[in-house]
Amino acid sequence: MIDSVEHAAATPEQAQPFRELGLKDDEYTRIREILGRRPTDAELAMYSVMWSEHCSYKSSKVHWKHWSANTTPEMKAKMLAGIGENAGVVDIGDGWAVTFKLESHNHPSYVEPYQGAATGVGGIVRDIMAMGARPLAVMDPLRFGAADHPDTKRVLPGVVAGIGGYGNCLGLPNIGGEVVFDSSYQGNPLVNALCVGAMRSEDLHLAHASGTGNKVILFGARTGLDGIGGVSVLASESFSGDESRTDETLDPASRSSARKKLPAVQVGDPFTEKVLIECCLELFREGIVVGIQDLGGAGLSCATSELASAGDGGMHVELDRVPLRATGMTPAEILSSESQERMCAVVKPSDVDAFMRVCEKWDVIATEIGEVTEGDRLVITWQGEVVVDVPPRTVAHEGPMYERPIARPADQDALIADGAEKLARPSTADELRAEVLRMIASPNLASRRWVTEQYDRYVRGGTVLAQPSDSGMIRIDEETGRGVALATDCNARFVKLDPYTGTQLALAEAYRNVAVSGATPLAVTNCLNFGSPEDPGVMWQFEQAVRGLAEGCKELGIPVTGGNVSFYNQTGSTAILPTPVVGVLGVIDDVRRRIPTGIGAEAGETLLLLGDTRDEFGGSEWAHVVHGHLGGVPPKVDLAREKLIGEILVAGSRDGMISAAHDLSDGGLVQTLVETCLIGEVGARVFLDPDQDPFVQLFSESAGRVLVAVPRSEELRFTEMCAARGLPCRRTGVVDPESEALEIQDVATFPLEELRTAWEGTLPALFG
Amino acid sequence: MKIGAVTFPGTLDDSDTIRAIEAAGADAVALWHGDADLRGVDAVILPGGFSYGDYLRAGAIARFAPVMDVIIDAAHKGMPVLGICNGFQVLCEAGLLPGALLRNAGLHFVCRDQWLKVENNTTAWTTRFEKDAEIIIPVKNMDGRFTASKSTVDELEGEGRVVFRYVGTNPNGSLDDIAGISDPTGRIVGLMPHPEHAIDALTGPSDDGLGLFLSLLDSVVTA
Repeated sequence: MIDSVEHAAATPEQAQPFRELGLKDDEYTRIREILGRRPTDAELAMYSVMWSEHCSYKSSKVHWKHWSANTTPEMKAKMLAGIGENAGVVDIGDGWAVTFKLESHNHPSYVEPYQGAATGVGGIVRDIMAMGARPLAVMDPLRFGAADHPDTKRVLPGVVAGIGGYGNCLGLPNIGGEVVFDSSYQGNPLVNALCVGAMRSEDLHLAHASGTGNKVILFGARTGLDGIGGVSVLASESFSGDESRTDETLDPASRSSARKKLPAVQVGDPFTEKVLIECCLELFREGIVVGIQDLGGAGLSCATSELASAGDGGMHVELDRVPLRATGMTPAEILSSESQERMCAVVKPSDVDAFMRVCEKWDVIATEIGEVTEGDRLVITWQGEVVVDVPPRTVAHEGPMYERPIARPADQDALIADGAEKLARPSTADELRAEVLRMIASPNLASRRWVTEQYDRYVRGGTVLAQPSDSGMIRIDEETGRGVALATDCNARFVKLDPYTGTQLALAEAYRNVAVSGATPLAVTNCLNFGSPEDPGVMWQFEQAVRGLAEGCKELGIPVTGGNVSFYNQTGSTAILPTPVVGVLGVIDDVRRRIPTGIGAEAGETLLLLGDTRDEFGGSEWAHVVHGHLGGVPPKVDLAREKLIGEILVAGSRDGMISAAHDLSDGGLVQTLVETCLIGEVGARVFLDPDQDPFVQLFSESAGRVLVAVPRSEELRFTEMCAARGLPCRRTGVVDPESEALEIQDVATFPLEELRTAWEGTLPALFG
Repeated sequence: MKIGAVTFPGTLDDSDTIRAIEAAGADAVALWHGDADLRGVDAVILPGGFSYGDYLRAGAIARFAPVMDVIIDAAHKGMPVLGICNGFQVLCEAGLLPGALLRNAGLHFVCRDQWLKVENNTTAWTTRFEKDAEIIIPVKNMDGRFTASKSTVDELEGEGRVVFRYVGTNPNGSLDDIAGISDPTGRIVGLMPHPEHAIDALTGPSDDGLGLFLSLLDSVVTA
């Protein structure tokens, strides 16, 4: 018995498992009001998945006002597409448009680390393709539980292998990201994925279904039963559990009721995606795509309703035409399937043959599943009967919106009062020496090489900077050398102590990391990972973070072009540290003038420390590693200073005054010194300021600081530029190519080999 | 001088190989897996990647592509062929080179800047190097552990057909640190590391890889 629209209209009293699908009573009532009847099974599947937190942003949307309120016309001017499209697009000059986006795949990656992480990469890459761009590189900001926890040994290697396995096979260089450990992520690792792509400005494709009579073509992999998650409750004999679907389509509780033992985590096939990329790019080159949309979360439900909603007509889809890889699938299952590696295009009837020829060349299955119609309804038929007849906007864009209660947590004051000043500090030279070696070997500061060696950073031949540099940089234009730099950052402990300031610190760090490469920061994306929005304390963190980011971007003059929200990252009632990962994209007119991270490239370099060092240890890595302490206030943020540093670095790189630069952040000055020496494979002599506590100078995490190496011949010119612009600049050491040690005068001398053993040994020892 | 670069579905480093061919001063010709046509090239390079996803065994399906029939034929008649990474795996599967490439010893994909020693500078692809020169080029693969029977390895070693050997840490557990080998004529060479990613110090660890492409130019001109 097909639950057709006709049948639904005739059986208004039939009970429907809307609660099992995560819909609230009033949401279900609203659907009935919109349709003037009860929804069919297929419609219920569509609404429930599209109105989920993950797809509808129902708890966060109300805060988007902060983005628009803080975007000036000057900031808008460089944006070719912004929030609401598949990914933000910015004009980088020379006729190039660059698109980038950050997205989460947290919950699937906890359940099935390899496939969860792999399909996270696949999804974000298709988002970039849906803008008409060639994907060029990926990055992965990751958060795991305690490094020595047994479950981290299960999750981390799987996640890293999944990112590598998918991304490497796709032919996209992985140019950076983050790996951070904190016990708050124990049952809730964060697997965020960023993709950047480029196109000629005139080739921008937006997800619109326009032009009555145009054909809707589904192409790529077949549609199967994977990733259906909660929707299979519609087909099960008895419903069990009433846990609501939360984020990213996965909820272990609803899996128990799933029929046929379906994998709730989608399974990725990177080879199919690679071929799909090349096929899409050829279609774009042929100019035969009117509109395009990727199939990700919510599958066809999302693609058809969003395409139709954004276009100027309706849409008719014949579900029977969808190529399947399982038998006996119901319309609701076909609409909800999250089978990977699929795209949906709108094509003029006269171009369909050409479209099919390109797909055939790449052995990509392509099927005409419907067409754009007059009117404003999305109508889907199955075996000749209408199973969906809805106004598409109500599915895609007019979902529920909640103003969740907000309350500053009662224990926030106690947290702030518990400052780091009282913690015992090393005082003697011997104690400082031991502390340095302990810190650089700690899981959050140790070399990420064990992870990044599993990623291909070279493919496509455009990678100019990658890990362990502060930002990843790729060349976009081989003729002019124009390129982009990208960094993602977030110190979640700072955010926990003060969500507003902490998020601005994340923005400041990503901005600085782009600037130290010699690029000019241009645009911002984000992935806001938080606990339950139903917890007023979490919503307070969220609201503060969004406001902090929006107002910070306004001060820096760079727009937020898009983002992603992941809620319900918590175990029981304990939320993760609030983790608004901020991604900054910068442009560099010629990648040949990029600033490297390692010193020693030029003979006779002076080390200069830019910025002010204060006694700031609240939320620091030192307090975390040595004392297991989190309390007090985070470092002060000064965005005007960050902007000034960025301008000085770009000017310095343009005039050839800078031979290397490295940001100061987690672990403070000594961490930066150690990395600079080890990456450059040369020693250095460092002189601390006699008027300031050596411990504070070495380990403080004051923001707005960069270590710069300048050739001695440029030293005076550079320091005079800093003095003229009012940027504190202290001569703090010299590079010593003859020495194989980092010598910090009056503290200790560290042979490079000793530093390397400490810094590089940790992750291999933990994860083999 | 025309050098072909083959694209199979899932080939990844084809555009990089074309860039390297052009950087060496030759004309690059894109060859398609489905076309049994060499388009008049003087030599062929099989680039890296994961042809057909490598779900069965690296290179096992690519070996049967129509373009391989004509490449095998031309190779037997003396046309120089270079297989890089997946291309090396394809040459082994096609029987143009002996041995096989297994999963890396560490079971992880490994991407690193790798020192190599040029053991044989008389092949069509290595005359620009000094014998025993040490060069640094990226290695990046999942299945790079060269293996062969003892008699085959003895033959390779005895005839000087080990062309490149890993120096320092062996990245994948290859037998005798073997990174690249040749056929008896020295015209067919396969190696796991990626010379096409070391043609410019801006985007690679060095420009040492360019030597392979320049060597080929010399050998074809000489021939």
